[in-house]
Amino acid sequence: MTSVPGKKHAATEDVISRVLRVGVTASLALISAGSLLSFVQGGGYGGDHSEVARLTGTGGAFPRNVAWLVGGLLHANGQAVIVLGLILLIATPVVRVAVSTAAFAQQRDRAYVAITLVVLALLGVSFVLGKAG
Amino acid sequence: MTPLGFTLIVLGISYVAGLLGSLVGVGGGIIVVPALTLLMGVSIQKAIAASIISVIATSSGAAASYVSERITNMRLGMVLEVATVAGALTGAYLAAIVSGKWLFMTFALVLFYTVWTMLRPKGHRIEPAPDPLADRLALHGSFFDRSVGQQISYRVSRTKLGLAVGYVAGVASGLLGIGGGVLKVPVMNLAMGIPIKVCTATSNFMIGVTAASSAAVYLMRGEVLPFVAAPVAVGVLLGARTGARVMGGLHSGAIRVIFVVVLAVSAAQMLLKGLR
Repeated sequence: MTSVPGKKHAATEDVISRVLRVGVTASLALISAGSLLSFVQGGGYGGDHSEVARLTGTGGAFPRNVAWLVGGLLHANGQAVIVLGLILLIATPVVRVAVSTAAFAQQRDRAYVAITLVVLALLGVSFVLGKAG
Repeated sequence: MTPLGFTLIVLGISYVAGLLGSLVGVGGGIIVVPALTLLMGVSIQKAIAASIISVIATSSGAAASYVSERITNMRLGMVLEVATVAGALTGAYLAAIVSGKWLFMTFALVLFYTVWTMLRPKGHRIEPAPDPLADRLALHGSFFDRSVGQQISYRVSRTKLGLAVGYVAGVASGLLGIGGGVLKVPVMNLAMGIPIKVCTATSNFMIGVTAASSAAVYLMRGEVLPFVAAPVAVGVLLGARTGARVMGGLHSGAIRVIFVVVLAVSAAQMLLKGLR
């Protein structure tokens, strides 16, 4: 969009810039708050060196279902707050792509609507692929 | 080591990684992964997953500034993203089926390559060629270069090569938890005819979405441990911000030397770990 100057394009750039900035700041705030909460709550973070081995999990995977996340958030569980921050951080570039799709649609730029939709579709696949793999 | 001690040390290491990385123009992931595996005993899969999260944070943060300063070529970024995201998916998929041994060795290879790109003389620019694809997608652009105080126009060539290299950079990113700018930027600059500042800005722009796709795979697979990923993300981002602020006032020559030594030592260690 740098190649075609114009008022609408300028606005798109500012919207995208703001989406990225707000997304990163908000998610980092959640991640920091969740970490502090985890230490205050103890629950695993308060233990000794054997806890580090467990937390850096040589063995199993970390729970990643919606029920765990929602339940954790309702109890203000520190790790659940961190995971919410991580999800927001991953969502930030996705929202950026969606914003540009909308902007291209507004400019009736079909080729770029298609290109950004392909990127969005690939991002959708990545969530499914992770769940399956 | 208590969980608090671990968190503080990882926070410190990540801060230094983000700081050094931004000073020499490399992402933090390339230092964070060796540090987590070699110094902190984290498994390489978990280290890669934590690193890719921090890559989203730093590249999106930097991209926000470049986009608002109109340096990023967003159209080019979105075209090449198709390739980098497809590559990242491939890489994240491969990460689940290859053993840790191979991850260590491949990572060592990329580290050695990075050291080499930092030591070699700047490559020669390849003559621009007509590129109908770049014309059709209106990829050519211009930006205001503050260092010379004028608007610089440029034409993009070899878009297909850019897509191919973007795919490879995406695979490396998804497989190893790094941004992949090291692989893309030289080709964009020397073969595609794009000014270096635009390359850096556009590469950062793409890295956010590239890393997001592989991070989603790692997250859904349960490889992203909040306990490890949290201090890495916060540390690298804060370090990179400090780096961007102090950039002008520092002797970058000495920093580069330190950086090259750290990378070379890490590369050797990672290789040994892979061979064992």
